[in-house]
Order: sequence, then C-alpha cells, then structure tokens
Amino acid sequence: MLYIDSIHRGIVIDHIKAGCGLSIFKYLKLDEADYTVALIMNAPSKKYGKKDLIKIENTIDMDLTILGLIDPNITINIIDDEKIVKKIKLSLPKKVEGLIKCKNPRCVTSEERDIEHKFVLVDEDKGIYKCEYCEQIYTWEE
Amino acid sequence: MKHLIDPMDFSIEELEDLFQLAEEIVDREDDFRQVCANKILGTLFYEPSTRTRLSFEAAMIRLGGQVIGFSSSTSSSVMKGESIPDTVRTVGSYVDIIAMRHPKEGAPRYASKYSPVPLINAGDGGHQHPTQTLTDLFTIRKLKGKFSNLTIGLCGDLKFGRTVHSLIKAISRYENIKFILISPKELQIPQYIKIEILKQNNIPFMEVEKLEDVIHKLDILYMTRVQKERFFNEEDYIRLKDSYILNKEKLKLAKDDLSVLHPLPRVNEISYEVDEDPRACYFNQVKYGMYVRMALIIKLLGVM
Repeated sequence: MLYIDSIHRGIVIDHIKAGCGLSIFKYLKLDEADYTVALIMNAPSKKYGKKDLIKIENTIDMDLTILGLIDPNITINIIDDEKIVKKIKLSLPKKVEGLIKCKNPRCVTSEERDIEHKFVLVDEDKGIYKCEYCEQIYTWEE
Repeated sequence: MKHLIDPMDFSIEELEDLFQLAEEIVDREDDFRQVCANKILGTLFYEPSTRTRLSFEAAMIRLGGQVIGFSSSTSSSVMKGESIPDTVRTVGSYVDIIAMRHPKEGAPRYASKYSPVPLINAGDGGHQHPTQTLTDLFTIRKLKGKFSNLTIGLCGDLKFGRTVHSLIKAISRYENIKFILISPKELQIPQYIKIEILKQNNIPFMEVEKLEDVIHKLDILYMTRVQKERFFNEEDYIRLKDSYILNKEKLKLAKDDLSVLHPLPRVNEISYEVDEDPRACYFNQVKYGMYVRMALIIKLLGVM
C-alpha cells in the first residue's frame, strides 16, 4: 500500500475516472506548479473500483469548473486545517472556450486563424453543447 | 449597436415594428428617398449572390444612400490572407453599415464581434439567412394580413434548406400555426427542428411525400430548390432534384386564396405556366424583400 500524507491546506480532486488523472494534471499545468502536488493513479475506490486523485498543497484559489467537462463525477474537496471545509460537486460549465474544437468543416473556425473555439451549453441533462459560430451540436463525451 | 445575425435576434415586437415601417415604405416610398443620404452601405460578399447583393444595393440606393463593396473573395484582400476581423474593422471605418455574405457558417457572428458599425448577415453557408426570413415573414404578413391561424406547407429540400429552417423557427412564435412538411425521405427536416421547435412548442405538423395529397389544405405553399451545392455527390442530386415540381395540374387542387412562395432562384420546381396564376406570389416576395431590407437598414442605422 502506498501512503501519501494528508494535506494541511489545499485541494483534493477526488473520484477522477481511473486513467484521466494525468490529462487533468497536465491541463491544470500542475507539472509547472511551485507548490507540492501529488497525482495518485489507480487508487482503490468503493464507488468505482479504481480512481485517480490529485492533491494540491497550499493553494485553494483555482478555477476548476472546466473539470466538469472532462468528468462530471469528479468531486473537489477544499481542505483547511486538515479538515474538509467545502465540497464542490461539479456540473457542466455553461461556456467552454479553447478546450475542444468544432469539427464542422463548414464552420468559420475551420478557416480563420487565431479564432477561439467557443461552445455554449444548451442542455445540461443531456450534456449538449453547440458551437457558438455554426451551432453544430456536440455532446460532452465527444 | 444592434446587428442582425440570427433571424431570432429580433423579438416579435421588434419584428412588428420593422414590418410596420416596411409597410409605410411600400405605401409612401417618396417620403423615404433621402432618409439615408450621406450614409454608406458596405457589401462584403465573400461568395457570389447576385440576388441578395442587388436587393441590398437597391434598398440603400432607394433610401438615398450609397454602396461600396466586393462581390467575391477573389477580388478582395481576402486573397492576400486578410482575416475577417481585420477586414470588418477596415471596411467599418469607411462605411456606416455592413451586409456580409460568407461561405463559412458563423462568419458574420465572428465578424460582428469586431465590427464598429451594425452588421447584417446576408447568408452564411447553409446556416442562416435572416433577411430571407424577414422577407418571407413580411410577404406572409402582406398577403394574409396576419401570422396566426395558417396552415403552411413547406415543399422540397427540407433537410439542407436553411430558409425553411429559419422560417419554421421564426413563425413558430406565432399562434395556431400548422405545418405540413412535404419532401422525399432523404430530404426530410432535421430531427433537432422537429424536437426542439415543433414538438417542444406543441406545434402540429405532418410529414408527407406527395404534394398533391395535401395541397388542398394549404394557405401558404413555400417551395424550395433542391440545391446542388448542398449535396456531397452528384448522383443523389440528380436522383432527387425533380421530385417535387409544382405545375398547373397540382394547383387545380389548391384553395383559391393559396399563396405560393419561393426564396428564388428556382430551377424547375415551379413550372413557368404557374407564373401567370394569381396565387404565384414569388415575384412580389422579391420586391417585399427589398422593402424589408430598406426598413432594416433604417432601423439598424437609427436614422428614423
């Protein structure tokens, strides 16, 4: 069994689907962080069998809403004085910018340089987004 | 500053306001001859469209304004690789209002973020063509005097026809409308329109394959062209293009007060013999399109 110390103050990103931890780690640029970060992969989970989790020490001010798009089952615990002071349940972000690309070959984003790909949430239950420009419909799994 | 990018950008009240102004222009055109004197319309047409461009130009000239622009991307700085934001910022420094047609979907929305002057979407690929929708709505208002209690037949290419999608969206906001969707199976209306617009708003609609089976029920028949450029292969186009042709024979079955509309240009989906019938209203529609563009230019410029 591998032990990682509990953190005094910081963020624990928990219940990450096993195998997705590394991409979240990279997306949040945690490899460039100047604070202590732990990426734990394939940890045992009662709920999912296996899970990934990330512990971030000494930083609690991060915008993590975009993680809802990667995996809405993720939970975020904000820790202070070794206690969970806040639990954040993620939902799908209302707007997604620059993370995914529109695949419609007729969309203006396929031609213009320096244009940011933008998506707007149109149906939260079904996880449906549309491209802000061509209105092509996507589900978040895409 | 207001742009017109999507036909739903205007509320029902704003549309009513616009149509009343268009009506006034039809009735007393002379009073509007100098309304846009000293104003310039820039027409940025990245793909050719003689009809829409001429309609905009005629509208501006009839209001006393002037027009500059280009009518294909090969005769503009686009060929040199200029981006849309740079083009609209440049042209927006010369003109008071812009009409933009672009082959790429969403290009006018992108442009409007950078435009220093009101921008009108004059068609973006297969996506939106809001001034055609305004034309269609104004024509229906002129011919029927109302938007409610109508049975509207849409015939032809309902899958790729953007004018049909926009018209359904826009007219669904009015009361007691019924749609009859007439098309081959291959060209049926997209699922999202059926679910998001028709079913969600409880609008009655039926899908049929033969025009002659339902023409007697219609108050409006909106014919569309089977557009070659929307097909990915020639074979499908050839197989389907003649599927739905309106002729005198079929028109005999229709009501006396039916109005036949078409966004034009037509290929062969309406026989020339139909043109003489008083129910053929597509050339009036073209004219109303110019008047509604005049009203739109006035509204967006805020000159009245």
